[in-house]
Amino acid sequence: MPINVITSGIMTTIQDLGRPGYYHLGIPMGGAMDRLAMRAANLLVGNPETAAGLESVFVGPELEFTEDAMVAVCGAELPPKLDGEEHPTWTALEVKKGQVLSFDFLKAGARAYIAISGGIDTQPHLGSRSTYPIGALGGVDGRAIQPGDSLPLGKPGVKARAGTSVPVEHRRLPGTTAKLRMLPGLYWHRITEESQRSFFDDTWKVANEADRMGYRFQGGRPLDFVPREQPFSAGSDPSNITDACYPYGSVQVPSGQEPIVLHRDAVSGGGYFMLGTVISADMDLIGQLQPNTPVQFVSVDMETALEARKHRNSLLASIRETLS
Amino acid sequence: MSRYTFGGDEHIFVEVDEEMSLEAFFTSLAMTNAVRDAKIDGVTEICPANASFQIKFDPDKIHPQKMMDMLKEMEQTADKQEAKLNTRIVEVPVYYQDPWTHETMMRFRDRHQDPEATDLEYAARVNGFDSVEKFIEAHHSAPWFVSMVGFVSGLPFLYQMVDRSRQIQVPKYVRPRTDTPKQTIGYGGSFTALYSVRGAGGYQMFGITPMTIFDPKQETPYLRDFMVFFKPGDIVKWRPIDREEYDQITADVEAGRFEPRMKDVEFSLDDFNADMDGTNAKLMEALYAD
Repeated sequence: MPINVITSGIMTTIQDLGRPGYYHLGIPMGGAMDRLAMRAANLLVGNPETAAGLESVFVGPELEFTEDAMVAVCGAELPPKLDGEEHPTWTALEVKKGQVLSFDFLKAGARAYIAISGGIDTQPHLGSRSTYPIGALGGVDGRAIQPGDSLPLGKPGVKARAGTSVPVEHRRLPGTTAKLRMLPGLYWHRITEESQRSFFDDTWKVANEADRMGYRFQGGRPLDFVPREQPFSAGSDPSNITDACYPYGSVQVPSGQEPIVLHRDAVSGGGYFMLGTVISADMDLIGQLQPNTPVQFVSVDMETALEARKHRNSLLASIRETLS
Repeated sequence: MSRYTFGGDEHIFVEVDEEMSLEAFFTSLAMTNAVRDAKIDGVTEICPANASFQIKFDPDKIHPQKMMDMLKEMEQTADKQEAKLNTRIVEVPVYYQDPWTHETMMRFRDRHQDPEATDLEYAARVNGFDSVEKFIEAHHSAPWFVSMVGFVSGLPFLYQMVDRSRQIQVPKYVRPRTDTPKQTIGYGGSFTALYSVRGAGGYQMFGITPMTIFDPKQETPYLRDFMVFFKPGDIVKWRPIDREEYDQITADVEAGRFEPRMKDVEFSLDDFNADMDGTNAKLMEALYAD
């Protein structure tokens, strides 16, 4: 029995944990931008962490349930409402057949993850239900959900308990000045020492061009390049390189002007130099940044990156333990 | 030799050479093949590119430094291998100066370095050709090597198989377009790109192919096994077609009747470097053997 989409918000897509393994063909892994929130929402409703749910940006959808289900909303502070009555986020919520799930205004963060018991059971493509509109893969016919869509649900697994919630200390949202830890590398040597300093010293702001493909930042000083004769086939701009692969989280700065951090739906390659990569532990946070949020990039080494990753893993382990 | 650098805690990026060459590409391909064959636990993505490559791995399974040490070891073995490839040559029909890319380029003249000229007129001029026709002929007379697949879904980058002095080089648009027709033949730096899907792009637009190269529904007969047509190492011959043939092939593709002309071939980089025109002539012979 499906869920009927009454309104869809600004951009609500079906996402799971993505389709790794095809990046060499320009098909990104995709999946939830904030993976910890997606996993937590699934755990709250008794789903496997890999189940598909909805990722809503800024504005939630209105969904009519045609059967009883458990629902949880994690990530952004986008409070769910049942038949108009508000309920807490990060908490398992019982929905009765015929009820309408809607959302209050966004209070914090950018992306809310809506998990439903049984998981959304649309057709997987290349092993994932994640929506990748550029390649028309996953989702509903390869696109975001629209009013009038019916979303099929899978069979509920473990029985979940209504009212169970993720403890506040295990929830993760960026600070008011977000700090994104970055490992310098890749083509870091292409910019001058002064620009290497100013990049980390300056406070940047999230630009309006901020989506699943990448987040653009503005407001810091432009970067200066170490002079060189451009290599054959690299292109004439000093920020150009011979077209290469782009790591997820890599920071490219076309013409030294505005940094772009590539995210889950990254373009897999291109001809811009990159000065480093946001560490894996901080990728989730980027998905929760609203436009105009001040951001500071923080230089870290590999050891710190791996420590942060371990810490993020133990956070997830605590959530699993609490909800098991 | 190659330059190894970490892309955060999950990637290693290896720059074989700053500049493009078939030698650098073959090293990248040999290395990525070696990594694939080694079946290293924790490796999740293996991405060859033009003159570099990238490995994505799970640092919970393999320490980044250990991963890098293994890659460096593999380079020593890969270095000794002969640059030979069993591959295929594919004929791709191209309608140069088509109305669709023309309409698109006219919408974005303000983003072009020479708004008074078409992309082809500009490309011909900066490469020293006195006519667009001669430039088009130079574009399709020699075969091209797929040296990278990426950017978006199944988009191939191709490198011209001629001596560097004859290679076409064209700057990209000053500011990228927000639109490019699906299956546009684009050009930037020293690469042809075949846009697999409609979308943003900064390459100069030369023409369009009626041949589908990405089909997520996998209904196209030659894409039933996999939705992406090209892979690194493929060799391509562009064949100029007119509007009439474009319409015919488009109808054939839609009806599931079109099959691209292609043949299996062996390619040796040493043979190619010793005699480029001769090697290319043999490739053409193989392609049109029946």
